[in-house]
Amino acid sequence: MTLVQNFPFFSIIIAMFSGIISSVLTGKQARNISLAAISVTTVMSAAVLFFCLRTGESYTYMMGHFPAPWGNEIRAGVLEGLTALLFGLVMLLAVIGGMEHTFLDVEETKINLFFIMIDLMLSSLLALIYTNDLFTAYVFVEINTIAGCGLIMIRQVGRSFTSAIWYMVMSQLGSGLFLIGLTLLYDVTGHLLMSPAKEAVALLEAAGSYEIPLLVILAVISVGLAIKSGLFPFHAWIPHTYGYATPTASAILSGLVSKGYIFLLIKIFYRVLGRENVIASRIVNVLFIFGLAGMIMGSVLAIMEKDTRRMIAYSSVAQIGYIYMGIGLGTEAGMVAAVFHMFTHSATKALLFISAVGLYEVSGDKKDFKSLRGAGYRNPLAGIGFTVGALSMVGFPMLSGFISKLLFATSALNSPHKMMPTLIGLAVSTVLNAIYFLRLVITLYRGGNAPTGKEMREGKHLQYHPGMLRLAICGFILLNLFLGLQSQPVVRGIALGLAMFD
Amino acid sequence: MSRQKDNYENSWWLKFKRWVEGEIDPLAHGMETVRPDQETEDRRWQREKLLQARTAKERKSQELREALEARELRQYQKIYQVLSVLLCVAVSLVLLWTITYLPEIGDAGNPDNNEVSARYIEQGLKETGAVNIVTGMILDYRAFDTFGESCVLFIASCCVLVLLRMDGGSDGEKSGKKGASGAKKRMAETNDRLYEPKNDVILQQCSCVLVPLILVFGVYIVLNGHLSPGGGFSGGAVLGSGLILYLNAFGFRRTGQFLTEKVYRRVTLSALTFYCLAKSYSFFTGANHLESGIPLGTPGDILSSGLILPLNICVGLVVACTMYAFYALFRKGGM
Amino acid sequence: MMENLFYHLEEAAAMVLFGIGFTMLLLHRNLIKKIMGMNIMDTAVYLFLAVKGYIRGRMVPIVTDGILDASAYINPVPSGLVLTGIVVSVSTTALMLALTIRLYERYHSLDLDEILMGVKREEHA
Repeated sequence: MTLVQNFPFFSIIIAMFSGIISSVLTGKQARNISLAAISVTTVMSAAVLFFCLRTGESYTYMMGHFPAPWGNEIRAGVLEGLTALLFGLVMLLAVIGGMEHTFLDVEETKINLFFIMIDLMLSSLLALIYTNDLFTAYVFVEINTIAGCGLIMIRQVGRSFTSAIWYMVMSQLGSGLFLIGLTLLYDVTGHLLMSPAKEAVALLEAAGSYEIPLLVILAVISVGLAIKSGLFPFHAWIPHTYGYATPTASAILSGLVSKGYIFLLIKIFYRVLGRENVIASRIVNVLFIFGLAGMIMGSVLAIMEKDTRRMIAYSSVAQIGYIYMGIGLGTEAGMVAAVFHMFTHSATKALLFISAVGLYEVSGDKKDFKSLRGAGYRNPLAGIGFTVGALSMVGFPMLSGFISKLLFATSALNSPHKMMPTLIGLAVSTVLNAIYFLRLVITLYRGGNAPTGKEMREGKHLQYHPGMLRLAICGFILLNLFLGLQSQPVVRGIALGLAMFD
Repeated sequence: MSRQKDNYENSWWLKFKRWVEGEIDPLAHGMETVRPDQETEDRRWQREKLLQARTAKERKSQELREALEARELRQYQKIYQVLSVLLCVAVSLVLLWTITYLPEIGDAGNPDNNEVSARYIEQGLKETGAVNIVTGMILDYRAFDTFGESCVLFIASCCVLVLLRMDGGSDGEKSGKKGASGAKKRMAETNDRLYEPKNDVILQQCSCVLVPLILVFGVYIVLNGHLSPGGGFSGGAVLGSGLILYLNAFGFRRTGQFLTEKVYRRVTLSALTFYCLAKSYSFFTGANHLESGIPLGTPGDILSSGLILPLNICVGLVVACTMYAFYALFRKGGM
Repeated sequence: MMENLFYHLEEAAAMVLFGIGFTMLLLHRNLIKKIMGMNIMDTAVYLFLAVKGYIRGRMVPIVTDGILDASAYINPVPSGLVLTGIVVSVSTTALMLALTIRLYERYHSLDLDEILMGVKREEHA
């Protein structure tokens, strides 16, 4: 076993250990440790990705002295490496970009606790990506939930408490259903690790026994994870949680946390329940319908929203809808498109949240449309960042959103029954996206009444080092351009990784 | 002319333009809006009158809006309640329907009684050295889960610290609207240390007898985790309840002599660090097929089963301190 | 179905409890009752999980008298999973209670509607 193969394990443990050790450090030290941990894990993920690309196969890694059906295991392949790399980059940029606000929004003595949440969030995301064991997935889903709740309420204003309660309630429902699904699965297969469980499921399918429990398992696990990732009918908590958290937290929650659950769902579909079984059951159609509904409803709600930050949050509902629609198509190409859109959305939504911060700063910390008028001139880079993000969401060529829409459209062509709904849904949703995003972009570049000095003072005025924010925005723009212009290798990587899942 | 203008003011295009600009019409719903720079004398008069009317109207509309919002909320709630009852009933029925298709309870031939549990039972003693098979399973075979579980507890305690620990006046300033006086008020409201010790004789006498027993029992459970039912989590919870009883009887002044936040943080840090390092070593050697070189000892002895005993002690310390910390934070926002 | 349910009495009880907890979690406006509902729901899942390990006429999985035969003991896996689950539930409960304390201190109410109204009033002011 080469050293590189240890990297998935190392990165999880490093993230956890940095969280543990941050509990006795000061805020600044914790920040440095956290940044170092994120960077190191990102580099490690890149190494894992290249290792898997070179060898062309995935591998499992024993967590302890006991092999597969007995001991815990993690698994790394191309898709895991790619996702971990992208999540690491987004997280790093989100932490850097929101740094100033983190130090403003969080009590001085509790900043180290904030970074503990970040570290453990990272470790849980990595564990969700790499895990090959269902119960490990459950435990880390819970860590993820609690860390997410911590990130929401760390601002300690009234809204953040209520939204944290809301988030916890919905997440607990989701985890409860997920755990029931796991229990049922354990009951009929007798395994908790993914690979042996898959073999057992295949045997059961072949023998035609336990059909109904298997269907319910599929349904319960999908619904549980869909609740947790905020699919349309369960979306009500999204604007509250993303809209009132500190910028880093909003970016991480919308960009990464929901994607972690979706990734887990895809992994369970492929590596436990079997893709054919999932498609043969009608669950994918349900996901498809709710995905479509989410695409439309999320955009409509976003159009009706007056607070721009909540508007961006509502747009997440629509984008989650896209991802589930892609999964619901039930084809290989649809899944590739869904995973690609997952990446697109992580990079773009984090960019939007972070650059919106730069715009609010120069608008007296107000978030309505009127105050933001002309903000694009007052903070040019943030304006450009926001415009790029918005255009990418709308699907402007050269940006990542365009590619994912293209992938969705082409993959829809292969499935005769779902082609028309998908194409119509894409078209309508794109128009709606364009309405609310371009409205905001136009607002940003209209000469308008800049906030007076008094208003500026009323808003929290920052001892502002724009360097960090600029760095983050530039990084995100580059990431978006990369995903948009160099999409071919990424798409190939995703297809390769999905093929390795089987 | 003015009629035309009226129409223009209310045209769809203009409405759209206003919406794009995020302008909220101050005199909404069908009333004419005029930019201040275009005003003529009589318009100004008109506007002032309207403004006067508006302030009165606003006050009224504020109340109205709240009432309306409350009504909307109630209506929304009714729909929500009906929907959630339906959802719950549906979920329960589906699950009840499912379990009738599950394998029979208590049957030895069920799918989950397979080679996995067989190996845990038959080889567990030899491979982990633990007489208690469940302990051997969670701390050796499936130790990564259990490490994650300790981290769940750790991060929950961090969240509670964020929420409830009071750090002087900084709390109020940072949270914006709540002012430093708010923090002080909160401090006074929650800090019932002022009324301590309560010197309840019955409680104190009872706890004099009970606390040592509870603590000894807790330590026994922790140390015997690999031999008998118990282990770090259960023993730690017992230890924590003993500490809470002691705190209730004798007050924060006495417990503060040996258990402050600093002590708590150090204990948690060192226990979790040891846990993390020990398990990393074991995972690393396991995955790379190296000998870990940790002696398993004679099964049944107190000093046996390799890492399980120290890990149980670590978990016990973390759980005991965390339980105590939860209680202390809930009660007075500090330790 | 009914007679089948009779053979799955423990599981049926767990599922009914799960439904009750689910309903409480969604319906109650009082935060403490919401938390209770959450706990009932968690406990139901753990009951369901624990039942899975039971095998008629067998001992708890602690080696006694040196018997090392799989047919002598019940399945140890669910017990371990329940143990993990309980710790998770304790953690989430503590977190929810702490949130409730903060909300109560601020809005002097445990009712979620009143708290939301309070939040709104605070924002308008």
